[in-house]
Amino acid sequence: MSGLERRAAMAILLADRKNDLLVIPGLGSTCWDLAAAGDNDRNFYLWGAMGGAAMIGLGLALAQPDKRVLVVTGDGEMLMGLGSLATIGIKQPPNLAVVVFDNGHYGETGMQPSHTYKGGVDLLGVARSCGIATCLDVADEAALADLAARLKALSGPLFARLAIVIGDPPRVLPERDGTVLKARFRAAIGV
Amino acid sequence: MNAPTATIDWPEKLYGTLKRAGIRQVGYVPDAGHARLIDRCRADPDIHDVVLTTEEEGVALAAGAWLGGNRAVLLMQSSGVGNCINMLSLARSCRFPLLMMITMRGEWEEFNPWQQPMGSIVDPVLRLSEAEIYRATRPDEVEGLAERAVQHVFGDERIAALLLSQQLIGKKVWTK
Repeated sequence: MSGLERRAAMAILLADRKNDLLVIPGLGSTCWDLAAAGDNDRNFYLWGAMGGAAMIGLGLALAQPDKRVLVVTGDGEMLMGLGSLATIGIKQPPNLAVVVFDNGHYGETGMQPSHTYKGGVDLLGVARSCGIATCLDVADEAALADLAARLKALSGPLFARLAIVIGDPPRVLPERDGTVLKARFRAAIGV
Repeated sequence: MNAPTATIDWPEKLYGTLKRAGIRQVGYVPDAGHARLIDRCRADPDIHDVVLTTEEEGVALAAGAWLGGNRAVLLMQSSGVGNCINMLSLARSCRFPLLMMITMRGEWEEFNPWQQPMGSIVDPVLRLSEAEIYRATRPDEVEGLAERAVQHVFGDERIAALLLSQQLIGKKVWTK
């Protein structure tokens, strides 16, 4: 299966990160990927809440219309919250991007195939059907660079599916006290 | 509808409570008992009304709202509580304020017996999830209980549920 390496992809998406970018990862691998890219008070790491990452992103995006909100999650986490794409499609938040690192597997639990394995479920098709106009299929470096550029100036909800190669990079564990993560995030953006 | 809607003012009182509390996001899965409150919220340009595909989305929405400095409320009927259980861990682990207003089914002159199993365990399930419970059975107590729930939630970043009993709402009249 061809595709991008997850840690390198996360680093490119967050290169030259500005303070108006707020990032919510899904639990598991994307959370470790985000921590590996460098800790930041404007990250809200998830150690649970499977299926909830995109909706946390929506609530945050509605509350902070002048900031950009990036949700980066895995295929398994997104599949558990597919309905949230419908909810986002109805609300059309202009400052929300949902990026799915798709390797077709549940990585944290022993690499069992997920519903997207071998092209089973087309997450881009789901997002498109939900009314998210900008849906990007990202499978090479050029497409990744294009996505990174688009994230710098969002103008409508964006969904991207990144083809990620199967790999097992070392875990990089961030802070896991939820009250600490919440408090530092709110302090960082001044609410 | 078992009573002229004009004589029922508790949804208006709830709306007033939400406005005084500074609620900016309202997540909901529609319920007949919440219809008027939902209408008021949808018509309010200062409120983001967010229709959800399942109630657990609203728990996550409220968490995101609070991260961004907004107060939110989640409206649902009793069956939706069951859909929220694991996501309530998000609020509990991070001490996110979570205000829920729940219209009860399955407890008083219920026509549909399939509402009873979930309706009957709403109270204990929410208590196990560390929610403070406020139950309103008379119109004149709705506002006061709602105000207390608001204070509990946002005064100390806690979880509270205002249960609006089926006796208060009235039985569902089937027209088909």
